[in-house]
Amino acid sequence: MSGIPHDHYEPKTGIEKWLHRRLPVVGLIYDTLMIPTPKNLNWWWIWGIVLAFCLVLQIVTGIVLVMHYTPHADMAFVSVEHIMRDVNGGYMLRYMHGNGASLFFFAVYIHLFRGLYYGSYKAPREVTWIIGMLIYLLMMATGFMGYVLPWGQMSFWGATVITGLFGAIPGIGEPIQQWLLGGPAVGNATLNRFFSLHYLLPFVIAALVILHMWAFHTTGNNNPSGVEVRRGSKEEAEKDTLPFWPYFVIKDLFALVLVLLAFWAVVGFMPNFLGHPDNYIPANPLVTPAHIVPEWYFLPFYAILRAFTADVWVVIAVNWLSFGIIDAKFFGVLAMFGAIAVMALTPWLDTSSVRSGRNRPMFKSFFWLLVVDFIILMWVGAMPAEPPYSTISLIASAYWFAYYLVILPLLGVLERPLAPPTSIEADFKATVKAKAAKGKVAPVQIPGE
Amino acid sequence: MMIRKLALSALTALTLGSTPVLAAGDGGHIHDFAFSFEGPFGTYDRSQLQRGLQVYTEVCSACHGLELVAFRSLTQETGPGLSDDEMRGYAASMEVEDGEGSWRAAGGPDHFPGSNDETAPDLSLMAKARAGFHGPYGLGINQLMHGMGGAEYIASFLTGFTGEEVEEAGTYLYVNEAFGGNVSMAPQLFEDMVEYSDGTPATEEQMAQDVAAFLMWAAEPKQTERKLWGFVGVLFLTLLASLLYLTNKRLWAPIKDEAKRG
Repeated sequence: MSGIPHDHYEPKTGIEKWLHRRLPVVGLIYDTLMIPTPKNLNWWWIWGIVLAFCLVLQIVTGIVLVMHYTPHADMAFVSVEHIMRDVNGGYMLRYMHGNGASLFFFAVYIHLFRGLYYGSYKAPREVTWIIGMLIYLLMMATGFMGYVLPWGQMSFWGATVITGLFGAIPGIGEPIQQWLLGGPAVGNATLNRFFSLHYLLPFVIAALVILHMWAFHTTGNNNPSGVEVRRGSKEEAEKDTLPFWPYFVIKDLFALVLVLLAFWAVVGFMPNFLGHPDNYIPANPLVTPAHIVPEWYFLPFYAILRAFTADVWVVIAVNWLSFGIIDAKFFGVLAMFGAIAVMALTPWLDTSSVRSGRNRPMFKSFFWLLVVDFIILMWVGAMPAEPPYSTISLIASAYWFAYYLVILPLLGVLERPLAPPTSIEADFKATVKAKAAKGKVAPVQIPGE
Repeated sequence: MMIRKLALSALTALTLGSTPVLAAGDGGHIHDFAFSFEGPFGTYDRSQLQRGLQVYTEVCSACHGLELVAFRSLTQETGPGLSDDEMRGYAASMEVEDGEGSWRAAGGPDHFPGSNDETAPDLSLMAKARAGFHGPYGLGINQLMHGMGGAEYIASFLTGFTGEEVEEAGTYLYVNEAFGGNVSMAPQLFEDMVEYSDGTPATEEQMAQDVAAFLMWAAEPKQTERKLWGFVGVLFLTLLASLLYLTNKRLWAPIKDEAKRG
């Protein structure tokens, strides 16, 4: 599968040869597991495994939860409490599933920013990046619909606000909103279709994850140095790489277990910390909560949605130019989806020929500012839409767009990048030596070698 | 180094993640009562839950309901821990509808009755539907230090009446510091209004804390079991992480040695 030269599966026994001629599935598994992986991958490269684990965790816990959950507006809330009180281990299943969504998004954000820093989106990995963005979009849809299912106050009013975004589209907005909801307002029909889609979409995500992996197994992994694996011969490639099994499987498993340690402590000791108390109040269409706040992982984009109010000059200008078709509300919706769209277009917006942020001194500062910007957006997204938060969110939103639309295209021209290392092998040696010198650790002696 | 990075990133996620909680509060003053069930090692105090059940039965249940809680769960070892006979006796003192329009004495599998008064909310999940602590600035650090504080909110609310009354549109409202405004519920707890069989003096604050603890159990009956799972998991994962750390170190040692020599 990989373009990097390496040993392929050779069936040895009779039965292996028999099967291989009919269905080369063992070969597929072998080649996937033994893929040559750059030696110098650092600890930021472990989040892919965490994400794969999250998907499995969510599907497995979700399937069992469905066995005990009732998707009906009158019974959903009580059936969730039935899971919490009467189902064996039900409280653990539900807390794992709810906090599992948080772990999933936490991991996807680190994974995404890692890709942005090390230029993993650049040629030839654009397709991997685009598939990743599609997975992220589906994750958001799935997470949002899952949050509606317990049918608490935040479920109900969150659904009302988010589907209202589609209502902001001029002309066709209201029919679309009604079609999404299955009626004039959020009700039983909404709950049922969200339940159906919440069950379906994870399997679509699973299929996209396979494509995502297929894509980067074809191009080979990116790595911190930004230089490609040398592919002249198998011997040359082996200087830059190690097989995924066992070297990276064990490394990733170790990191995964550490992440799960933190996750398990949250589930066991503070499972409601990331949730909202209002969602323990049954949905009531007649009582609007004082503040409707989405889950933490949506907050940055929620902040961008709310940032563009009618008194911002850009909004006034666009409103005038579009003969009033684009009002402040629709502008906010466009900005929110636009914030994700510019991220998806990064491969074509970044004009620099150097891949890794490590070798780009100016880029580095702007990148870390983007990380800080993202955290600020997450924070203002939870604050009320009033001064000074409205001003902060406007500035932070402006930087988000400026990074992708202005800074990335210009940096390719203005920046004077450093020379990347000659090879992955050289980079790996330099890193290992630097670490040994720093820690003053003598080379580990292995008994029996 | 890496462990520190991971721990730091996890902590950042937690503090950031908690931000929505802020929105639940309206700025009332919540006292940080010390409950036995706080923290990873905390468990429910059985006698306190039994006292709380008494306060709930004699005072709160006049208006409020508890319809998600089954009588049978009162025998739970980690909860109020009533004996089977005590539980059945208690249930029999309540009436439930028999499904054909008439009423019968309740049994173990039945649930507590719902609210008698339309304006009185059901209390089954009240201790989880309120947060005692917020912020600062939406950062969630207060919740990290003090817990979510639903029980603290209830106890503060019950003791938070200033004694002032205001008339609004023909109804009397009562000023409450914990609520941060005026509520339609009048003060309910007065010294020695219940007589505890274990001899605990029934002060206003004692009764408020007891019933708050009971309602926390009603909202999260499996809390102790959950924490036990937490410990088993954390211990097991720590062991697994140590083994994988050593495996990984040994696996990579020859590769790194070669890199150092080369």
